Amino acid sequence: MATTGLEQAGDFITFALVGNPNCGKTTLFNQLTGLRQKVGNYPGVTVERKEGECFGQHGERFKIIDLPGTYSLNARSPDEAVTRDVLFGRAKEIDRPNRVILVVDASNLERNLYLATQVLELGLPAILVLNMADMAEEEGMALDRQALQNRLGMPVVICEANTGKGIIELKTAMSRETLDPPALSLDISEEVRTRLEAIRERFANVGLIEANSPLVETVALLGDRDPTHYGVGDEQWTVVEEARNKLEQEIPEWEDGAIAVRYDLAHEIAELGARKESETGASLTDRLDAWLLHPVVGWLALLGLMATLFFLIFSFADKPMGWIEAFFDSVSSAVSASMAAGDLRDLITDGVIAGVGGVVVFLPQILILFFFISLMEDSGYMARVAFLMDRLMGKVGLSGRSFLPLLSSYACAVPGVMAARTIDSPKDRLITILVAPLTSCSARLPVYLILIATMVPSETVPIGTKVGFMLLMYVLGTAGAFVCAWLFSQKLMKGESSPMMLELPPYRVPKITALLLHMWERAKIFIRRAGTIIMGISILLWAAATYPKSSDPDPAVQLEYSAAGRLGKAIEPVITPLGYDWKIGVGLIASFAAREVFVSTMSIIYSVEGDDDDVQPLRQRLLEETRSDGSQLYTPLLCLSLMVFYVFAMQCMSTVAVVKRETNGWKWPLFQIGYMTTLAYLAALVVYQVGRAMGYS
Amino acid sequence: MGVETRLSDLEPGQKAVVKAFSSREPAFVRLREMGVLVGTRVELVRVAPLGDPIEIAVRGTLLSLRRQEADTITVEQVS
Repeated sequence: MATTGLEQAGDFITFALVGNPNCGKTTLFNQLTGLRQKVGNYPGVTVERKEGECFGQHGERFKIIDLPGTYSLNARSPDEAVTRDVLFGRAKEIDRPNRVILVVDASNLERNLYLATQVLELGLPAILVLNMADMAEEEGMALDRQALQNRLGMPVVICEANTGKGIIELKTAMSRETLDPPALSLDISEEVRTRLEAIRERFANVGLIEANSPLVETVALLGDRDPTHYGVGDEQWTVVEEARNKLEQEIPEWEDGAIAVRYDLAHEIAELGARKESETGASLTDRLDAWLLHPVVGWLALLGLMATLFFLIFSFADKPMGWIEAFFDSVSSAVSASMAAGDLRDLITDGVIAGVGGVVVFLPQILILFFFISLMEDSGYMARVAFLMDRLMGKVGLSGRSFLPLLSSYACAVPGVMAARTIDSPKDRLITILVAPLTSCSARLPVYLILIATMVPSETVPIGTKVGFMLLMYVLGTAGAFVCAWLFSQKLMKGESSPMMLELPPYRVPKITALLLHMWERAKIFIRRAGTIIMGISILLWAAATYPKSSDPDPAVQLEYSAAGRLGKAIEPVITPLGYDWKIGVGLIASFAAREVFVSTMSIIYSVEGDDDDVQPLRQRLLEETRSDGSQLYTPLLCLSLMVFYVFAMQCMSTVAVVKRETNGWKWPLFQIGYMTTLAYLAALVVYQVGRAMGYS
Repeated sequence: MGVETRLSDLEPGQKAVVKAFSSREPAFVRLREMGVLVGTRVELVRVAPLGDPIEIAVRGTLLSLRRQEADTITVEQVS
């Protein structure tokens, strides 16, 4: 039978780590593999793939796959589908693991054993890890390893992944030459069993599964809630649907019955494995939740935490970002000084170095945000945020999980979009990613600042008006994000909504090494995947502003002569209704790289000397700019129209790159550019034309 | 016999036993797989500050569900 000798299976034995969410599986993975791990994606889906290596107690090398946490093999989301497919040996490009390490939360055996019994039915040799034994103990439970081992016929290890206790025992078990497949049988009623067996035969006949595969696979196919339909073709899928409909007609309650029977088994095993020995008072979780979910204190705590996060992102990240910019500036000047003037030098300084700098400059924000996110997730607070915010987010068709990614986007949409990974519903996640860049990020600030300064010169207008305009932009962006989220959830992805069932896990003290590791992984992913695209676009934009070459050395003339300048003139008829001329068109095109580039481009085009931080000279120049008929170009109305355009327009290649990476293709980033640009255009058009109709110029 | 009511109508602190599910939507299968079955004891722990969702304790875990979902679950109160 399936006893796998260590030497048999190719290079190394592969162990899959399987368990419920919040069972400490990832901590165990980190304990086993240390830094010998890599994080990537599963082919075709944006589900995180974590693999690593570890050595057994006798020095053997093992491969470890950390499968996404799930409550059941009946998958409901892409993450869970990955776990199911890998275990069933159906995943593309991934070999079926040889053995399984089943991780269960010892303080909550019954619920965790539900999945465990499903996985054990697969017949793979397995080790059961009773993780978080310390928590079980705190709750007054006594664990009986031996009883479980006898009942299940497989090694059982008691572990505290947080402290590393039990890891040696686990490695010893992993090093065992042979592991017997567990002995478990599910007490399904005879009439259901015969029908399921008949269905299994039908499935095997059409090639859906292998003959005599474990019954749990047939049940998983029948109960599949995953819109990708198990990755099988439509024709085979009709076989599944027919079988399901027939079974449901004959025995309407079959699925409930199967779940109940499995829970009975889980209950029986759990009773053997853990006994409540002593009553404990209110747990830490109860005591903390009384405050953190309190109708008044709960909000204050959330507000305080978010304020801290924003303070850290805005002020704490600001310094290192300044250093990074200064560093790249100095590298750039060093290159300029040491190379002969020419296109190659400009390519290196304005294309490559500026491109790399444009990537690295995001790191401080990403690191801080992801440290915070890991802190909130690992401590268990993140689920509470979702609980608090769900009603509000539910009004626009999202769930509480979308709150943090959207909030983070006010600092920068790049980490915000990456944070959407924490949303388990694929539909909510996509919508969150699509609307996140509508919130006014910090890169819009320089644009708003120069335009507000031009619109309402400080000498004559009270400061409150300026602040008011700034606030108006933030309100507009926020309203846009909510309205679009609502539209998308109604129109774009109708009918895929799933109830928000969320576990509120017990609070735990997070492990600092895990937080740092997570932070580092995110940073690596951003640099590697998004970085290449950002650099590519930045070189492209440099070339567009440089070629073809004009003979005039004046940068303003050169910009006009270049492809970007010509493009600006080409789009002039399109943007005239918004009140813009071709020079603004050039600014719009150049600032596709990043919004703040608008300011520096305008400085070049109007030949204004000076620093980006000082808006005075540019403002003065903008105020003097006239249309061909001699009237003022940058009227308050035009400034407003331009600002409104920037509120809604995508104008950020870094976000495009990250969205491409997070949605696994160009479809959604292109859609996003399309809808946001349209929205920006229409909004600016309405502002300008209505303003003119009302008598403003 | 206790009073039959909807899960969403329980007061914080009240305990009950699940009697029936009126929705047969596939998405509710997950709720059952998380251990909310006919005959399971549940306790309404608290209601979110905004009135929705609600938090229940079941089989030693805390779950959050929306009222819309809890409305479809009939329970019988126990003292």
